[in-house]
Amino acid sequence: MAAENVQTLTDSNFEETVLKSGPPVFVDFWAEWCGPCKRLGPTVDALATEYTGKVTIGKLNVDDNPNTASKFQIRGIPTLLLFKGGEIVESVVGLAQKDDLKKVLDKHL
Amino acid sequence: MAAPRNVIIIGSGPAGLTAALYAGRANLQPLLIEGLEAGGQLMLTTLVENFPGHRDGILGPDLMAELRAQAEKFGTEIVQDHVSAVDVCGRPFVVKTSSAEYTTRSIIIATGASARLLGLPSERTLMGHGVSTCATCDGYFFRGQDIAVVGGGDSAMEEAVFLTRFASKVTLVHRRDTLRASKIMQDKARANPKIAWALDSEVEDIVDGGKGEVTGMVLRHNKTGVRTEIPLSGVFVAIGHTPNTSLFKGQVELDANGYIITHDGAKTNIPGVFACGDVQDHIYRQAITAAGSGCMAALDAEHYLDNIPDHLQS
Repeated sequence: MAAENVQTLTDSNFEETVLKSGPPVFVDFWAEWCGPCKRLGPTVDALATEYTGKVTIGKLNVDDNPNTASKFQIRGIPTLLLFKGGEIVESVVGLAQKDDLKKVLDKHL
Repeated sequence: MAAPRNVIIIGSGPAGLTAALYAGRANLQPLLIEGLEAGGQLMLTTLVENFPGHRDGILGPDLMAELRAQAEKFGTEIVQDHVSAVDVCGRPFVVKTSSAEYTTRSIIIATGASARLLGLPSERTLMGHGVSTCATCDGYFFRGQDIAVVGGGDSAMEEAVFLTRFASKVTLVHRRDTLRASKIMQDKARANPKIAWALDSEVEDIVDGGKGEVTGMVLRHNKTGVRTEIPLSGVFVAIGHTPNTSLFKGQVELDANGYIITHDGAKTNIPGVFACGDVQDHIYRQAITAAGSGCMAALDAEHYLDNIPDHLQS
């Protein structure tokens, strides 16, 4: 489901790709059975294109990667977390519009 | 500037998509702007057993995909965007989204209703951390845990029953001692051994014990005034809906609860502006009634466009 420019994140690559990343990483926690997650998918894809080179955009399927989801206390999806220097600096829960997400990202550029 | 559209439909639930189907078949080349919660409330449900023609039931998201494809088949143009402003004071009407501006000779409002919240400060801060309005999205995270569903209507019953697939125990909290839910839904919930009942009770607070995620809720019994704290890890709020009418405030006539007032079918106080579905219906609120009123709105719009009075021509 991940488009070009979007990193597919897993329990095994999360540390390397997100926590140790230089640029900020915006992670979309989603699942196949979640209607709103599917709605948000294209928005996240669009952000990945717009923010190429500035923010890494990744998607983590919570079904396939339960350890990471539970480590970050994900209790509802879609949830978007922005990581900077290995720390969570922003959290967006539920459906959001692209412009609002851009504001969140722009604060950390 | 592009010529005005014949009709713009705002919203993509059963009302909006049925309006689009009929407007498309009337050759009006409708433009439908789907909105943030595309597909509407049915996208958050599981099996829909009361939509005629589907005797074994159909999944809410599948039904919406069907309606959408059917509307597109007859020439509806669907835009994935969210309307940010509407001007129905002049002619043609103006509809703005974050990325475009459209003019149109008529509008069908099908913006529906969104989940209502309890209004507790703790509910906002713990949203996504144990508080949820979407059982089908978030039930998965409460495997083997104790949770509560707040509400007494059909959606509360459906969510409670659905959540027993994951949770070890579901407490149904309702402020009255009788439920508003239909008998069949009540019976389903009452027969489920994992569901416990806290009737005549209101949620006074949702607590997190300083952990940033839900650890319990405080209930107040309405007759005795007694407060009890129940430890649990999730609270699902299903206490009804509020109409999505903020775009139209001050332009289209609303009732005291914010619903659009319709008369003689789907007409609003503005000639050329029609409304259908939950945004104008706080009584029936069914997929099939929304679809039916969407059909009415499209037929009313078609009739209006054929007979626009001279002073309203654009």
